[in-house]
Amino acid sequence: MQKATIQLETLTCPSCGQKIENATKSLNGVEKESVKVLFNSSKVKFDFDAEKISVEDVEKAITALGYEVIKSQVKAK
Amino acid sequence: MQRFILSKKNQIAFISAILIVIGFTGEMAFHNETVAIGSLAIASILGVAPIAIQAYQALKVKVVSIDVLVTIAVVGAFFIKNFEESAIVTFLFLFGAFLEQRTLNKTRSAIKELMEMAPESALKRMENGKFEEVEVDEVDVGDILLVKTGAKVPVDGTVLSGEGHINEASITGESVPVSKRKDAGVYAGTILENGTLQIIANRVGEDTTFGRIIELVEEAQDSKSEAERFIDRFSKYYTPAVLVLGIIVWLFSRNIELAITILVLGCPGALVIGVPVSNVAGIGNGARHGILLKGSEVIGDFSRVDAFVFDKTGTLTIGNPQVAEKEIYTADVDEVLAYLASVEHESDHPLAKAVVEHIGDTKLYLVEKTEVVKGGGIAAQVDGHRVAVGNVALMKRENVHLSEKARNDIIRFEKNGNSLVLISVDNELKALIGIRDQIRPGVKENLQKLKKLGVKNLVVLSGDNQGTVDLVACELGLTEAHGHMLPEDKSAYIEELKTKGHIVAFVGDGVNDSPSLALAQIGIAMGSGTDVAIETSDVVLMNSDFSRLPHALGLAKATANNMRQNIIIAVGVVLILLASLFFSEWMNMSIGMLVHEASILAVILNGMRLLSYKLR
Repeated sequence: MQKATIQLETLTCPSCGQKIENATKSLNGVEKESVKVLFNSSKVKFDFDAEKISVEDVEKAITALGYEVIKSQVKAK
Repeated sequence: MQRFILSKKNQIAFISAILIVIGFTGEMAFHNETVAIGSLAIASILGVAPIAIQAYQALKVKVVSIDVLVTIAVVGAFFIKNFEESAIVTFLFLFGAFLEQRTLNKTRSAIKELMEMAPESALKRMENGKFEEVEVDEVDVGDILLVKTGAKVPVDGTVLSGEGHINEASITGESVPVSKRKDAGVYAGTILENGTLQIIANRVGEDTTFGRIIELVEEAQDSKSEAERFIDRFSKYYTPAVLVLGIIVWLFSRNIELAITILVLGCPGALVIGVPVSNVAGIGNGARHGILLKGSEVIGDFSRVDAFVFDKTGTLTIGNPQVAEKEIYTADVDEVLAYLASVEHESDHPLAKAVVEHIGDTKLYLVEKTEVVKGGGIAAQVDGHRVAVGNVALMKRENVHLSEKARNDIIRFEKNGNSLVLISVDNELKALIGIRDQIRPGVKENLQKLKKLGVKNLVVLSGDNQGTVDLVACELGLTEAHGHMLPEDKSAYIEELKTKGHIVAFVGDGVNDSPSLALAQIGIAMGSGTDVAIETSDVVLMNSDFSRLPHALGLAKATANNMRQNIIIAVGVVLILLASLFFSEWMNMSIGMLVHEASILAVILNGMRLLSYKLR
């Protein structure tokens, strides 16, 4: 189980947080309960199973929603 | 393609504006219908593009967002050939988003300042023994780093070699540089003002004290109180409900205009953003002043505090007691003092340290069979004698007879606000020492400010005797003082206050007063940036500066007020909009969107007022 923190460009609309949260939760391999969107610091934090999904996959999903990923950090849990 | 359009939202808004102006000029000045309709139509299509994309993305993840409502409304307007409305609505929406982004950025600026203080690079010793610059993320625990003069310490660590002076203001608030040499601990984010240090990394990145403070501030800004969680749940169902309402109205009235206007007016934008904005601004202000309010639930509770309970030693007082007076009941002064020093030498208790310091250099005897009596003192064998050092309770336990003179002295000492240390040798009282701890400078004024902010009860609890506590209470203007309190007594007292319906804030030492800190609704630990203080406090005074307390309380109250104001603005606006829709003629989509965006901005700007809050 890995823990990831993705830094996004500044989020402005409250529904953005909702969208990102739903999109991240729906990805296979991401621990649904652990997904936290920090609206004010524009970060997404979540735990994931490295064998099922990679951080890049999650980044792609978020970018596809229209939110730019600035950087991401992964730590073993 | 989608990304491209989304990234050009601001330009699109700008072009829309121009096209709208062209359109209106065309119609009004030149009575040229075609130009008007043409440019407005183009403006609408351009404008709705990014909004529609966002709506589509939202629907893909099963979220009915404001974008969905606006897109349907605009398409509807297009359908009924009302290009004016569609153009204006899209423009206002985009422009509003632009303004929101600018103002929100300002609101979040406080934490950005904090993050900028974070170190970015470090000089790491590589395998070849040389030091190379690496990104601070690449430093692991156990790495050896070089810190040069003027540089920021990159991680929490221990000094291996070298010496210098470090400015630790960013962590402890102490502006006087601290001298560091071998085996000293250093914090990430502090600045090495002179000298050179080689350190070994103990904690890196998020685990450093600095990293944890930032993380706590971020989480606090996003922490949701009951009210906010309710609003979130509410808006999840509310937005689709507005959509359904719009459809129903259309089905019943066949009035597309009315239906789509409802879609636009119903958006809950201001409500959803109103409370978090106040939260962020309030916490940001706090962070700038060395105060960390851990979330909006904490802000709410803290703003309603009516009883402040203080621990005495180390909180109200400096925690550096000194011997103030003494009475010796024997001729062998030197011997007694030597025994006393020997026993007290073993103890870490501040009173013991004061005694040792006062006595100074003396012969130290071997102390054996040490028995620590909780709440009493120490009994031991010294030089063949049974020596007991402690308070009056301990003397009673040891069956030491107290002469009338001794008892009078004890009363006198207590009246003078002394903590007492008595020493008996072979069950005979030999000496009485009075120790006083100085009150921290400025505490009196700060407590007055707290009273001005509406705190009715200021209480001091202490393990010291009642006399000392009473004196402190008198001098500082406290409402209640309780001495002879063991840690259990303190937490029991807080429990009692809570049962009586008070909202209690407890200010104490992070290590010893954990139960009390946990029990009180608001726990404030004075711990100078130690882990325990940061973890256990609800309100962290980042540099244990007592004078921040009034600001913290005032800020919490101001923030709570601000949140209420924003909720009133948001709800009020929606109600007014809906009422005027049904009861007046002039409400239409454009005006509705204008008012909607204005309310969002109003709420954000109101929140921003908190950034500049200062206690008068």
